[in-house]
Amino acid sequence: MSERTNQEWLDDLQGSNKDEAITDLRDILIRGLQYSLSTHTRGDIELLVEDFAQDALIKILDKLDTFRGESKLTTWAQKIAIRVAYTELRRKRWQDVAMEDLLPEDSGPDFTPAFLTDPQATPEQQINQRMIVETVMQTIEENLTDRQKTAMQAIMGGGMPLEVAAERMGTNRNALYKMIHDARKRLKRELLAKGLSTDDILAAFDSA
Amino acid sequence: MELNVEILKKMARAIATTTDKEIGCDDCFEFVDIFVESQLQGKNPAEAMPLVEAHLNRCANCHEEFEALLVAIKATTDNNH
Ligand SMILES: [Zn+2]
Repeated sequence: MSERTNQEWLDDLQGSNKDEAITDLRDILIRGLQYSLSTHTRGDIELLVEDFAQDALIKILDKLDTFRGESKLTTWAQKIAIRVAYTELRRKRWQDVAMEDLLPEDSGPDFTPAFLTDPQATPEQQINQRMIVETVMQTIEENLTDRQKTAMQAIMGGGMPLEVAAERMGTNRNALYKMIHDARKRLKRELLAKGLSTDDILAAFDSA
Repeated sequence: MELNVEILKKMARAIATTTDKEIGCDDCFEFVDIFVESQLQGKNPAEAMPLVEAHLNRCANCHEEFEALLVAIKATTDNNH
């Protein structure tokens, strides 16, 4: 396969060598995806990889004018192909899990059963732990929106990927990250105002 | 919201490392190819791009794609020689 500079790639992909350049780029995308997906996906990935490469190629050609040349064009293109592939794989892997399944049915104020999973703790530690859980719960209730709570529960509690949760909630990954970042900042501030540092929380549950 | 010890610890760790200045997934995506190349050249991108590094440590999706890109670039570069 011919080695091209970024400028040669750009010229070829947009010029008279277009077909050859696209074929070469597709080969690179397929090879990269085969390696990076082989550890993550069971079974036959050949067809899957070709689909991903094809979808990515369309995006790449579409975005070519946004390429700033700060990395190799092939690295930039592979980044896009990996995003395409992982987005689709996550969607497939989670397609049978409803977000509601990851949320507590009707937890109400009584969270004790789920919390008392620390039989090793001494009675004093348990009192301390209970106090901390109550404070955190109360701070969450007072300060977070329902959407923030839902997202954090699904992601931190249910292990749902950020990207999947975002799609289910009708938003995108970047926006959901920012929403959770806002929630974290708020909780950090409010907990500190109540005299509870994150070190206190971690220390109280260290034996658990 | 239901809290158990595991979620509480996860949350405490996430809150403990929260800073006002964090980049989102879009900004991370913007720079991750440069980050990966720098790492493969034996440089120290974590030092040069601390916000990207911090996001990769925090965001499981971006981290997963970062690892995948590393593997893909290594594989396709080695085979060219
Ligand atoms: Zn991210």
